[in-house]
Amino acid sequence: MDRNRSRKIKDLAMTSLFCLAAFMLVAAVAGVGAFLFKEGWQILSLDFLIEAPRDGMTAGGIMTPLVGTIQLVIVSMAAALPIGIMTGLYFAEYSKDDWLTRVLRVSIRCLAGVPSVIYGLFGLSLFVIFLNFGSSLLSAGLTLGCLSLPLIVTVSEQAFLAVPQDYRDASYALGATKCQTILKVVLPSAASTIITGTILSIGRVAGETAPIMFTGAAFFAPEVAKSVFDQVMALPYHIYVLATASTDLEATRPIQYGAILVLIGLVLGTSAIGVVARSRLAARSGRQ
Amino acid sequence: MSSDLFDVQIKTVGLDLFYGDNRVLKNITFDIGRKKVTAFIGPSGCGKSSYLRCLNRMNDFIPSARITGTIEMEGENILSPETDVIALRRRVGMVFQKPNPFPMSIYENVAYGPRLNGLKDKNILDETVEKSLRGAALWDEVKDKLSSPGTGLSGGQQQRLCIARAIATQPEVLLMDEPTSALDPMSTARVEELIRELKGDYTVAIVTHNMQQAARISDYTAFFLLGDLIEYDRTAKIFTSPSDKKTEDYISGRFG
Repeated sequence: MDRNRSRKIKDLAMTSLFCLAAFMLVAAVAGVGAFLFKEGWQILSLDFLIEAPRDGMTAGGIMTPLVGTIQLVIVSMAAALPIGIMTGLYFAEYSKDDWLTRVLRVSIRCLAGVPSVIYGLFGLSLFVIFLNFGSSLLSAGLTLGCLSLPLIVTVSEQAFLAVPQDYRDASYALGATKCQTILKVVLPSAASTIITGTILSIGRVAGETAPIMFTGAAFFAPEVAKSVFDQVMALPYHIYVLATASTDLEATRPIQYGAILVLIGLVLGTSAIGVVARSRLAARSGRQ
Repeated sequence: MSSDLFDVQIKTVGLDLFYGDNRVLKNITFDIGRKKVTAFIGPSGCGKSSYLRCLNRMNDFIPSARITGTIEMEGENILSPETDVIALRRRVGMVFQKPNPFPMSIYENVAYGPRLNGLKDKNILDETVEKSLRGAALWDEVKDKLSSPGTGLSGGQQQRLCIARAIATQPEVLLMDEPTSALDPMSTARVEELIRELKGDYTVAIVTHNMQQAARISDYTAFFLLGDLIEYDRTAKIFTSPSDKKTEDYISGRFG
C-alpha cells in the first residue's frame, strides 16, 4: 500500500514538473510579447507603416526598412530556393552512398552551424568585393540566401525521402522516366513539407542582422531601393541602429519597439500563411 | 506442356535471375498465352514476384540484380540492353500488392499514363479516363467526384483505380502482384470479377498467395518453388491432377 502511494506521489511530482517547464516557456513568450506590446503599441498605425523615417530617424515611420526587409527576403529566397531544392533532390534521388555524398552531407551540416556574422564576412569578400556587386540589396540578399541554404537543403531532402517508394514504382511502371516521375509525383508530394521549411527560412532571413551589416544594409537610406544594386534599410538593422546609435534615445524608443512589433508580426504572419498553404496543399492531395 | 495449344504472347527461355549471389530464378522456360490469365503460385520467396518484375524490367532498380536468358515479347528480347524500357513499360502495365494511387485527384490518377504519352486533348483525355474507369468497374462509384483525391477511396476502390490507371495506356500485358492481398473479401471478389472481364482484352499475369483465387480466375497456372518452375499447365489440370508430387503437396496444403 505504502509503495503504491509513494509511486503515485512521485508520478504526480513528475507530471507537475513537466507542466511547470512547459508553462515557463509559455510565460517567457507571453512576457516578451506583453513587454514589447506595452512599449510599442501607441506608435502602431497605418502611418507608421507607410511613412519613411525622418528628422534623423527620431520621427516618422518605418516604411523604408520594412520594404527593404521584404526585398531582402525575396532576393534571398529567389537565390536559395532553386539551389536548395535541387540539392535536396540530388541527395534524395540521385546521389549514391559514397564518400563524395558523405563529404557533401557533412559540409552542409557544418554550414548550418556557422555563426551568422561569418556569413556576413563571407558575403563581404565574395559578393561585395570579389564579384563587385558592392554594398547592395543583391549582395545582402545572396548572403542571406547562403545562410538559409542548409535548412532548405535538409528540409527538401527529408521531404523527398518521405515520399513513399510506392508512388515512384507506380510512376515507373506506367512508363515514366526518372525526370517525369520527379516532376509529376515526387515534387508535388513533397511540396507541403518544403513550403514549411521555406517559411522557417524566411523567418530566419527576415530577422538576421549580422550577415547584412557589411553587405548591403544602410544606416539610413532616403528611399526604397529601386535596383538590386542599391543599398537597403532593413528592420533588424534599423532596430539595432535605433537602440545603439540614436541621436535622441528617448525619442526613438517607441519607434524602436514599434519596429520590433512589426518585424515579429511579419514573421508570424508569414508562418500563418505557410500553415494555411500547407494544409490546403495537403487537403488537395489527400495526404496528411 | 507444349505451347502450340495457344497463341504465345511471352516466351521465356533459360531465364536466370540473381540478387547478388542469391539465385532467385533457375533456368525458367515457358510460354504465356495471349489474352489468357496466367497465375503464379508458390510459397513466399519462391521467385514468382521476381519473375513478374522481369516482365517490365522493374528489377532494373535493384543494383545487385543480374539476369541471363531471354524473354521474348512479339519477337523482341525485352531483356536486351537495347530495349527501350520506357516503351516496354507502356506496353506492360502493373498493379501492385498495396493499392498505391498517386496523391492526386481520381481523374489525374487515370490520366497520368496517357499524359506521359503526350495526350493533351481534353476531350480524348476525358474519354480515356471514363473508358478506363468503366473498364475497372469503378465509373459508377466515382463519376460524380472525379476531382476528389484518389487516396480518399476505400482500399478496394483504390485498387480498382490502380487497375484503371494501368489500363488507361492500353497495354498488351497486365501484371498483377498479389493485387487482392491487402483487400477485404468483398473487395477481393469485385477485383477477381474484374480480372475475369479483363482477360478478353489483356494478357494477365497474376501472382497470388491464394490458391483458391488462382483456381477461380486463371486459365493457366505456374507453380514455383525455390526459384524453380516445378509445373506449368492448365489451371484445371494443376488443381485436379498435378503431375509433380511437390505441386500436389503444395496445393493440398502440406507445406507453404
